[in-house]
Amino acid sequence: MSCLAFFAGRSPVHRLDPRVRLLSALGLAVAIALSERLVTLGWALGLTTLLAAAARLGLWTLTRRLLHLNAFMLFLWMVLPWSVPGRFARTVWGLSITEEGIRLALEITVKGNAIVLLFTALVATIDPPRLGCALKRLALPDKLVHLFMLVIRYTDVIHDEYGRLRHALKARAFQPRFSSHTLRAFGYLVGLLLVRSMERAERVLAAMKCRGFDGHFHALTGFGLRPSDLVFTGMALCHVGAWAWLELS
Amino acid sequence: MHISEGVLSGPVLASGAVLAVAGIGLGLRRMSVDNTPKTAMLSAVFFVASLIHVPFGPSNVHLILNGLSGVLLGWTVFPALAVALFLQAVMFQFGGLTVLGVNTLIMALPGMIAYHIFHLMYGIVRRPGRVFGVAVVLGAMAVLLSGLLLTAALALGGRAFLGVAAGIVAAHVPVMIADGVVTGAAVLFILKVRPDLLVPSRWEPAA
Repeated sequence: MSCLAFFAGRSPVHRLDPRVRLLSALGLAVAIALSERLVTLGWALGLTTLLAAAARLGLWTLTRRLLHLNAFMLFLWMVLPWSVPGRFARTVWGLSITEEGIRLALEITVKGNAIVLLFTALVATIDPPRLGCALKRLALPDKLVHLFMLVIRYTDVIHDEYGRLRHALKARAFQPRFSSHTLRAFGYLVGLLLVRSMERAERVLAAMKCRGFDGHFHALTGFGLRPSDLVFTGMALCHVGAWAWLELS
Repeated sequence: MHISEGVLSGPVLASGAVLAVAGIGLGLRRMSVDNTPKTAMLSAVFFVASLIHVPFGPSNVHLILNGLSGVLLGWTVFPALAVALFLQAVMFQFGGLTVLGVNTLIMALPGMIAYHIFHLMYGIVRRPGRVFGVAVVLGAMAVLLSGLLLTAALALGGRAFLGVAAGIVAAHVPVMIADGVVTGAAVLFILKVRPDLLVPSRWEPAA
């Protein structure tokens, strides 16, 4: 699956402590989500673009992600300028559009892109098992973290299983259409995946018990803060402070 | 079904996050350590099932199946879907992390409702054909409720979004049909092969 696109890098961003990246991303994202002024949002977009560049993300994969988001943004641009009440700006295709509508659509577009760039640069670059360890260190409940780690592991396994079943369907000349036959076939497919996955879960639990699972996972690699982590945290805090000051002044 | 980053206002995001955390907490409390692999496995199945696309007209729609996940998971649907949505947000940027709480709520709450109705009906209707019918209705209803919750979340940010929300709900009519029939067929299949999976007490912590 394409989920392994970003975290095999060696950029300065990849070398930061995952906990620092996660918390900075969260802090910056909340600040961006609460901002309403275009100055702040423009600044945020600039900063997150810089971060994405520093993380040396693959340009093509990144573009595809942003395209997915901006397809929805395009939909907003087709609706909001006409539907938001406010001062009249001009007439397009016989319909009047408002300044407030354009401003709102612009605000959401910049905000959405900034947050997505931020998370792609800082969080999508952590490999999932390490992300699990980092979440655990940040005092999330053990059960939730275990759930997260097991889901990462078994999503790929079940995706393979799904691939085999789709092959079997194809071998029997199955052509998906919007019909009752297709939907039933997919229903049985999902049912089969569910039943098989439950049986697999029973085996996995037995194997975990055999190896002495007592409700705890043990991480082999620890975390350590380095000077660059502290500098990065400081910079993130400065940006959050500056944006808060801009918003409130 | 999810809301993208940057659309909702602060108070909506915050209340969504608080409610989702409450649901996740309750779900985790009802999930015993021994049930972690089962919950994770189901969460992974629903993640994979959301990749199934059904052709519709010139385009296609993808399955959501939050009703089916609710029926099978009960309260643990909150942590299970939260984890799946978190992974989707991190890996594919579907939805997002600041809207994670709201999106979890939009998906999991209808699942919970479907769970309660299903087990209420499961005690009454016994014939497989009727169980199928109940599951079809619940599968479609869960998608509709998710659409309505999504509309409500957008509307709380101001009336400007009502046009957008109406469009989104209309776009989900084919999804409702697909999800309903797929949920029905999946429940029928499980009823024939492993009926014990549909018994709710299975998810309570072992005594």
